Amino acid sequence: MPAGQRTKYSRRAWLTAASGTAATGLVMTRFDAIRAGVQEVVPPPVDPTKVPGRFVSEVGRRATGEQPRRLVRTLALSSSSRTPLQDLQGTITPSDLHFERHHAGIPEILAEDHELLVHGMVERPMVFRMADLRRYPQASRICFIECSGNGGGAYNRNRMPTNISPQQLDGLLSTSEWTGVMLSTILREVGVRPGASWILAEGGDAAVMGRSVPLDKAMDDSMLAYGQNGEAIRPEQGYPVRLLLPGWEGNAQVKWLRRIEVTDRPTMTRDETSRYTDPLKDGTARQFSFVMDAKSIITFPSYPFVLPDRGWWEIEGLAWTGRGRITRVEISTDGGRSWADAALQPPILSKSTVRFRHLWNWDGRETVILSRATDETGYVQPTVQQLWDARGEGTAYHHNHQRAWKIASDGTVTFGLGDLL
Amino acid sequence: MRRLARDGAGRCTVWMTVGALAACAPDASGPGAGTAGSSAGGDWTAPLAADAPERFGFGSDASEERVALWDIDVKPDGEGLPPGSGSVAAGREIYELACMQCHGATGTEGPNDRFVAAGDWDPWPPGRVFGAYWPYATTFFDYTRRAMPQATPGSLSDDDVYAITAYVLHLNGMLPEDAVLDSASLVAIEMPGRDRFVPDNRTGGPEIR
Repeated sequence: MPAGQRTKYSRRAWLTAASGTAATGLVMTRFDAIRAGVQEVVPPPVDPTKVPGRFVSEVGRRATGEQPRRLVRTLALSSSSRTPLQDLQGTITPSDLHFERHHAGIPEILAEDHELLVHGMVERPMVFRMADLRRYPQASRICFIECSGNGGGAYNRNRMPTNISPQQLDGLLSTSEWTGVMLSTILREVGVRPGASWILAEGGDAAVMGRSVPLDKAMDDSMLAYGQNGEAIRPEQGYPVRLLLPGWEGNAQVKWLRRIEVTDRPTMTRDETSRYTDPLKDGTARQFSFVMDAKSIITFPSYPFVLPDRGWWEIEGLAWTGRGRITRVEISTDGGRSWADAALQPPILSKSTVRFRHLWNWDGRETVILSRATDETGYVQPTVQQLWDARGEGTAYHHNHQRAWKIASDGTVTFGLGDLL
Repeated sequence: MRRLARDGAGRCTVWMTVGALAACAPDASGPGAGTAGSSAGGDWTAPLAADAPERFGFGSDASEERVALWDIDVKPDGEGLPPGSGSVAAGREIYELACMQCHGATGTEGPNDRFVAAGDWDPWPPGRVFGAYWPYATTFFDYTRRAMPQATPGSLSDDDVYAITAYVLHLNGMLPEDAVLDSASLVAIEMPGRDRFVPDNRTGGPEIR
């Protein structure tokens, strides 16, 4: 059982680090244990069995010692914050830790005032209020959303980082259960005219951000999502309704959705021409590169964790692909010379993140560990050299190459891709 | 390498095939049939049952006026461009008031997006510089009108946006000093980067693209 292993290693590492300090009553996670290797453990101020606990409350809160945080890039209208991947468990991202990427801030919108206009090449142009949308048959699915700029911090050969955490590198990735009405249901309601092949989706933010999406995707698995992890979608994720395009780049999944125009061609908005296009080495620029290809990252051990001890550790991380299911994740603990299959921890869902685990008996010597994911199309997560060879080094999106971590003999962990080049 | 093809009206025709590619994705089994979605089923369920009515009737009809209120986008063939015009000279005045502080005196300095490629730049890729990379000038009009200036979006008149667009095209050497830009002349602008853009050729499978 993974849970049992976690406890075992936690206790062992913790006992090592804290020199046998009594831990009775404390629930230690492995991450606490590793941190205990570098910082003193403060015992709880009182014995909780000798004082009454607190009362029930209307809204819960996190444990005092568990305060994961998004990482904010800059306080600006067009900015981002990143999900603390290395602090999370399972696959669902707590909604208040879902990454953010806004192009003109977060609009204040009241659900009762919000309207969605659907028009263009349709039989019946219509306006839907939220109460209308909620009355349509509902759908729900778990899937990831990832900004296609994620991982760009480790693509430039001359600026390969070392002290960078999974959050800093790949934190523009989150997974939620999304609930809403299928876009196909709404398009059926308005009646798409023959000849239509695209839609334009537009947000109600101060950038009125728009993206063109092929009609085939709109009619396939696209959703107008108003729910996120059991509650109303958060303002940062597009309240009261966003476009959900499972497996596709986050930018196209327009938040605060207020207009859909059915068209027979793309609109060529700023965010599908100037941005979110990929200049290739042959002088062309790849456009409408929507799908997020297979990717994985080891979230433990990773920077800034420290392994206090050689011996058994469980490597774990996340893998995902926009093309369906992850079918395999392999781990190398010798810098890519040999590979072994990691265990995929259910649920293994299409276009969602899956957690992988791999037991590793570290001999205490310096090494580099990597992961590589394979998806159901047979696509294998490439090396950075393969991406450079295919695309050149001038692209700003879709950096899904293999990630690596260097474990030093003293147990410190740093981003290790530069060590392999 | 397949590039954009255009019909006589300047429309992109190759893009129609992009949607067809999407249909080859593993999850092509759509919800229209009222069945479980995804390749093996069970990940998600599209709830529209086979006996669902053709129309539910939730929502209201949108009048032409209602559509016109929000239908703000401009397409490369000029669809959506409003009446009006603006001169390079007028654009310079507005630019210096509303744009220069973020985009620089000559469009090369930043700190935000550069409009003009500075003299000594690597020819490819040119960053996101408007004059060197953007495929359509209509996109500049569309984006400026909807999103700029950043602190007061939507505050520019259509004539203002034509004028700013004219001035930035002039900074790029694509319009003379005495030019006036309107919908017809804007659509006629051919951006240098236009034919560089190609559809996504990644399809999954073993090949790295």
